[in-house]
Amino acid sequence: MTDAISRVYRRSPLARTLGFFLLLALVALILADIEIATVDPWQEFGRLALGVVTPDFTATEHLLTAIAYTVGFALLGVTFAVLSGFALALAFRNPLVRGFCAVIRAVHELFWALIFLQIFGLSPLTGVLAIGIPYAGIVAKVFAEILEEADTRPAATAPAGSGALSVLLFVRLPDVWSHYKTYALYRQECGLRSSAVLGYVVLPTLGFHLETAFREGNYSEVSALLLIFYVIIASQRYWARRILLPFYLLGAMILLPWSTEISATNIVCFFTVYIVPFPLRDGQGLAGLLDWLHMLMVSQALPGTVATVQLTMIALVVTGLLSALLFPLISPLLFGRISRTLGRLGLVVMRSSPEYILAFILLQLWGPSIDAARHCRAVPAQWRNHRASGRALYGNPHLALRRCARRVPLRLRDTAAGL
Amino acid sequence: MYVVELSGEPTGYSDKVVLEDVRLSIRAGERIALIGESGAGKTTLLKLIEKRASAPVALVPQELGLVRALTVFHNVYMGRLNRNSLVHNLRNLVWPARRDVEAVRLILERLRMEDKLYTPVGQLSGGQQQRTAVARALHSEGSLFLGDEPVSAVDDHQARALLATVAEAKETVVVALHERALALSFAQRIIGMKEGQIVFDSPADGLTPDDLDHLYVT
Repeated sequence: MTDAISRVYRRSPLARTLGFFLLLALVALILADIEIATVDPWQEFGRLALGVVTPDFTATEHLLTAIAYTVGFALLGVTFAVLSGFALALAFRNPLVRGFCAVIRAVHELFWALIFLQIFGLSPLTGVLAIGIPYAGIVAKVFAEILEEADTRPAATAPAGSGALSVLLFVRLPDVWSHYKTYALYRQECGLRSSAVLGYVVLPTLGFHLETAFREGNYSEVSALLLIFYVIIASQRYWARRILLPFYLLGAMILLPWSTEISATNIVCFFTVYIVPFPLRDGQGLAGLLDWLHMLMVSQALPGTVATVQLTMIALVVTGLLSALLFPLISPLLFGRISRTLGRLGLVVMRSSPEYILAFILLQLWGPSIDAARHCRAVPAQWRNHRASGRALYGNPHLALRRCARRVPLRLRDTAAGL
Repeated sequence: MYVVELSGEPTGYSDKVVLEDVRLSIRAGERIALIGESGAGKTTLLKLIEKRASAPVALVPQELGLVRALTVFHNVYMGRLNRNSLVHNLRNLVWPARRDVEAVRLILERLRMEDKLYTPVGQLSGGQQQRTAVARALHSEGSLFLGDEPVSAVDDHQARALLATVAEAKETVVVALHERALALSFAQRIIGMKEGQIVFDSPADGLTPDDLDHLYVT
């Protein structure tokens, strides 16, 4: 038996990789803090299921505005990201640009939102930049990779002395253009999800109402909001037309509540006070700063990092298992047309549900444990071409969610705790 | 006046045939056919000629190097990408200028392709793509035409007409050809290659396809 295993192991690199990750996930699982804390999850689950079949579209106040804001923030944020990401992609060979993109995309949009909340307050700029900045880093990487993999032979036939920019626009870009378009559309889908989710923190988007409805246990409202969200995403290919884009952007600009004024004092304050490490502000000097950093590393950053990596490893394997189980749903070899359509619909729902919403549902069911976080990661990730599988997971979503739910103005040190 | 002079230094590309001791001079105004089995080094020799040429080159590589998403007009226009400003190039990308459209149309008429002016290259047949690449080379200002099997995907009659058009438009022509009869009817000078060496270099006058046969016999 062990002989057979070791033979397979030696011969197949695939088996080696799979085995390695399975083993890692197993170790992580054993070390993880998993317990089901809720006393009677089934009662809550029953109410949730009842809500799912009785969606109530009238329960939400200002529903249309919330929808418009959700789409508006996503459109502006993604447009900003695609334009600046494209510019960055052209300079992606530069290691500085590459590093800069890695840094901005490593920070989750939720944390960007918390940072910009300190600077711009509740201005729409907070939402647009929170989506736009990390997405720009992602778009830059993907666009640069697409360009790198493109056919180089046409450029080789351009006559000597053609300007580099002429060759880029005339020869290199046209053939990758359709890939860029597809990816931008996919980013827009992600943007909608992020835009909704940022409602948990700060934006007046669907997430704001979702969170309220969840907290109040109004599951009919929850299911109505989620249904609207699925329809927006599933119908994207019908309404996202290039020719309409200028109108959408203009509409978004006009619609978003720009009236919130940006206070200059806040901005100054951010750079001179908030961003200064707490011991320095307190006059504790360098020794105090080192003590504080040490405390932060040992009691928060290190355990947080360990939990993050641990969760990611488990989630990666769960994602793989679920994908292997679910992909037959859309395979023409196994199912007829009707079953496949239903399967596709199910997958749309799975990948469109924001991680936070799943985390929230599972939190209701299983109570605050690390397990809920693992599931919320594994479910939507699998049908998404998410290059960020190694990206930091929201280590303790329980903390982040509860904090946001209380809508207490957040300080930067809270972000560290959240991470 | 020579447009290329190769004096025998060995040349190799990472994964291609290495040319050994290739001594070759090409005068302006010559019409040359390169023949030999695939793998004999014709493509490598053409690349070497391109690199060493003292005259501007009009190139038709074997893989054509067309931009599939763009129309025939845009691909042919690319032959003169170096002659116009960035602004003019951009303008032509979005909204082709009449002057350029007319120039391209004239070339396409000679190649019987004028009806495909605004067809994306990705929708063309193999032969039409080849003619588009030839049109691009004709549109360019290069006076030394280098073609790597530029007429392999069109029928014999069309191939002769295409090569005649090229010979009329370009001062010097060097093409790698598969068809021996075609090579003899088109070229003034035949260069035969085998295993990275020139084994044969002679005027085409008086040669018959049978004379070239020994190149293909190992």
